[in-house]
Amino acid sequence: MHMTHDAVLGINLLHANQEGADHNRAHFDAWGITCLNLMSSPGAGKTSLLEKTLAALRSHLQMAVIEGDMTTELDADRLRQYGVPVIAINTGRSCHLDSRMVAGGIHRLEQEYDPTQFDLVLVENVGNLVCPAEFEVGEHAKVALLSVTEGEDKPLKYPIMFQEADCLLITKLDLAPYVDVQVERIIANVRQINPTVTIIPVSTKTGEGLDTWFDWVRQCRQAGRSPAAHDHTQALLEQV
Amino acid sequence: MHETDMTKALILTMRDWWESQPDRPRITNVHLIVGEFTCVEPASLQFAFEVQTRNTFLEGAALVIQETPLIAFCHPCQQDYRPEIGIQYTCPTCRSPMDDIRSGRELKIDRIEYEEHELCT
Repeated sequence: MHMTHDAVLGINLLHANQEGADHNRAHFDAWGITCLNLMSSPGAGKTSLLEKTLAALRSHLQMAVIEGDMTTELDADRLRQYGVPVIAINTGRSCHLDSRMVAGGIHRLEQEYDPTQFDLVLVENVGNLVCPAEFEVGEHAKVALLSVTEGEDKPLKYPIMFQEADCLLITKLDLAPYVDVQVERIIANVRQINPTVTIIPVSTKTGEGLDTWFDWVRQCRQAGRSPAAHDHTQALLEQV
Repeated sequence: MHETDMTKALILTMRDWWESQPDRPRITNVHLIVGEFTCVEPASLQFAFEVQTRNTFLEGAALVIQETPLIAFCHPCQQDYRPEIGIQYTCPTCRSPMDDIRSGRELKIDRIEYEEHELCT
């Protein structure tokens, strides 16, 4: 006869991904690497920001990039000209990086280089304002980008990304006057859902704000995590 | 469609549990709690689950989803409130930011119902 049983699990749906993320972070920690996860919608300027960051910080910090792209290596090729190792992960049809894909990238980093030489690993996630927010990859801090051309209401419409972020870069600041967008309104909307996130308006074209961003990256490297974000992350983890 | 990946993650987690069971029981129902303030759309999840569990250990199992509302707690006002998703997240009384979510972020496998053969003695 069949007996019906009930097993109470109470575990997070993303349990397997979370375990993988913790495993990745343990590798980074063992090698003395700080890892940042860069997320935004397509075209917000992640690759441009990385180009500026690699150019400005490569003489101070040993960096590597893990690059998630759906089909091509175009972004990876753009970044390779800065003489920094770029590991391209072709995500296929997946709309975000998960911890298993990033583990593949970490494995290659370990095989092809001495991982202990790196200070900072920058993960460029797949362009998408929804899914990457839910899939941790082993990062020490989450960086979200929102370009002024996307509009003031995006933090309200895609709140999870902005609620999870430790640092938010409002990009393409030089275009704000042309698209009838008030940066203060974007900030106010973000503050509704995340009162503690570090917000840095930048323009990779004019260079405005970039020094503040570089400082934040250096501080993050020194602390091994985003200092302001720690409590914030803890509070979120207690939700699930 | 990110529910496909969510389902993949769900199946992986379920497989961990299933493989830890000595008798590999037949799973009949998977009960999920999905918060309103997550990136998961229950209807898409149902569809993805049905398709992706075909010919797996979860074949024929039903996905039962319980949704939980977004509820935040306002510390200055010392009260719960229901933020309006997409419109207004701050406290309707004092306009403090939403900084303490009490419900709505759940993405949880609550429980599993399964059948196993009783051995005749």
